[in-house]
Amino acid sequence: MGSGERAEFKNPVIGWIDERLPLFTLMQKEYGVFPTPRNFNYFWNFGAIAMFMLVAMIVSGIVLAMHYTADTELAFDSVERIMRDVNSGWLIRYIHMNGASFFFVAVYIHIFRGMYYGSYKKPRELLWILGVLIFLLMMATAFIGYVLPWGQMSLWGATVITNLFSAIPWVGDSIVTLLWGGFSVDNPTLTRFFALHYLLPFVIFAVVFLHVWALHITGSNNPLGIEPKGPQDTLPFHPYYTMKDSFGLVLFVILYALFIFYAPDSLGHPDNYIPADPLVTPPHIVPEWYFLPFYAILRAITFNMNIYFLAGIAGLFTLLVEFVWREKPKMIAAPYALPILVASLFLAALGFIGDQYPTLGIPFTAAEDALVSAKLGGVLAMFGAIVLLLVLPWLDTHPIRSARFRPLFKWSFLLLFVVFVFLGYIGSQPADAAFGPVPLSLLGLLCTGYYYGFFLVILPFLSRFEKGRNLPKSIHEAVLGKGA
Amino acid sequence: MTIANQELRTIMTAHTKDDENARRDFLQLTAGAMGVVGAACVATPLVNSLNPAKDTLALATIEVDVSDLKPGEAKTEMWQGKPVFIKHRTPKEIEEAEDVDVATLRDKQPDSARVQKPEWLVVIGVCTHLGCIPVGNKPTDAHGDYDGWFCPCHGSHYDTSGRVRKGPAPKNLAVPPYEFVSDTVIKIG
Repeated sequence: MGSGERAEFKNPVIGWIDERLPLFTLMQKEYGVFPTPRNFNYFWNFGAIAMFMLVAMIVSGIVLAMHYTADTELAFDSVERIMRDVNSGWLIRYIHMNGASFFFVAVYIHIFRGMYYGSYKKPRELLWILGVLIFLLMMATAFIGYVLPWGQMSLWGATVITNLFSAIPWVGDSIVTLLWGGFSVDNPTLTRFFALHYLLPFVIFAVVFLHVWALHITGSNNPLGIEPKGPQDTLPFHPYYTMKDSFGLVLFVILYALFIFYAPDSLGHPDNYIPADPLVTPPHIVPEWYFLPFYAILRAITFNMNIYFLAGIAGLFTLLVEFVWREKPKMIAAPYALPILVASLFLAALGFIGDQYPTLGIPFTAAEDALVSAKLGGVLAMFGAIVLLLVLPWLDTHPIRSARFRPLFKWSFLLLFVVFVFLGYIGSQPADAAFGPVPLSLLGLLCTGYYYGFFLVILPFLSRFEKGRNLPKSIHEAVLGKGA
Repeated sequence: MTIANQELRTIMTAHTKDDENARRDFLQLTAGAMGVVGAACVATPLVNSLNPAKDTLALATIEVDVSDLKPGEAKTEMWQGKPVFIKHRTPKEIEEAEDVDVATLRDKQPDSARVQKPEWLVVIGVCTHLGCIPVGNKPTDAHGDYDGWFCPCHGSHYDTSGRVRKGPAPKNLAVPPYEFVSDTVIKIG
């Protein structure tokens, strides 16, 4: 006998199996009668859609792996063979190529929804963190996968990204050699990337399992951000949300199919149809579109951070912690906030000017005295942008979840969305491009500043000071009106 | 007698219990530590296998005949999977490289520290920023603002000594270990 209550099944075979392994009871409980808030909108489709995309990627990927050869001499040709000679090979590869993009589309909307409706807040913090881990694993998998066709973008994208690790002080170069298995991105790199590209999706699958498990402990959030109080606030998952999810999925897959059949290469880069050449770098290396905002953050840090600059930043951070994060300032220096602010801004400006104009000869501002080089600064800023997502539940502690009832949060978050998209545009442009008279690198720095400011300043500030609107009493009252 | 016995037993059991707990803690700690050491022993060869293999390391030396390079010309050779630029510099280029105030450079190196013979510059053609290949070996290429090389990825400019003068690269183009086997043959590595 299994533990817990079991459902009754008419079919004797199902009943026999369920007594020994309560699989059907589990499905019935978690996907049949599972109580789900009755007020989901279509943003709640994207978890299921992302799950579908993961399965689509694994299935198409396994078949592709049967035709692919991970060897620098053969990889490019084996992909071309898939495209020209393997039966339906072109279709399977286009499903996989565009699938990566559409997987990211689904996941970005899913993350956006989670942030807009406060789904990361208590008690769903761990659920959110598992989601961010999935996102990180997806980025690693997608990056490695893009290397496999061994075109020009594969090789040079891999070179640029793996070189990021050389920014780590002292051990950076050894780490890069270890990643490469040689002195450049070459055959050893390709074979290990293939092994990892096959492995990681199953790791993702395992974390998705934990993610869904955690979801079924807390239950779903909903557009109102208030917990269901009883059966009048929920609907059984089946048939209500199996239907709604299926409908949304069909629309999504139609769009996906349009790309597969009518614009299969529009999201890729033509340079990746040139075989990799270690002696020629393409004039403009761009990552895939889903990495562009983070790539722009990486490139936004074009200055070295010397001792003045970092001291200024440390001063500003102390003020932030004391006066925005804490309910009451604890610091003895609290009465001196203004002098500290002025001194911090002065130091930061001095450090920045000293770095930008080395001819001024300000001591300790030369490039070799930098504590954090521009390259390391960019790498830290890029990874920091994702770490901020991990700690989001503790940066936004406002008791109201949904942005519907928090106008200030809503508008600053929508601005973050615009900034994020614009960062994507900046990432797609050459480093020295300009937007009208303004150099893009400056705009990239400003947008990066807003990204960090949103998480570190605006969210904690709003958590303390935003009043918010009155919440409805219950989901059914808000949805059906008072008469229900 | 009975009372004394009982007291003794209480003391004994209390003692053994503490003793037993300490013993357990010690055993758990040492067993755990052994496990960690064992895992590290297993992981070491697995991770180290990802470092460059012996055949990769064996491609460490090449010999290049440079007799075909006229002054002003350059060529690219593969060494350890990376391009090496060999440039036959003109007197004007040598002068440009030597006439720089070293103190104004980002990576302060005089030209004399970077060449064995002034007319021959040998550098690894990998941008020190993020590893792209700078252009400038062909006369039709862009040479940057300092007549040397230009990295198209993120816009680093290198001078006729391969030193970074502008852009995000932190260091000069690296000089590989090399020697002149004869006047026209260079052994790299």
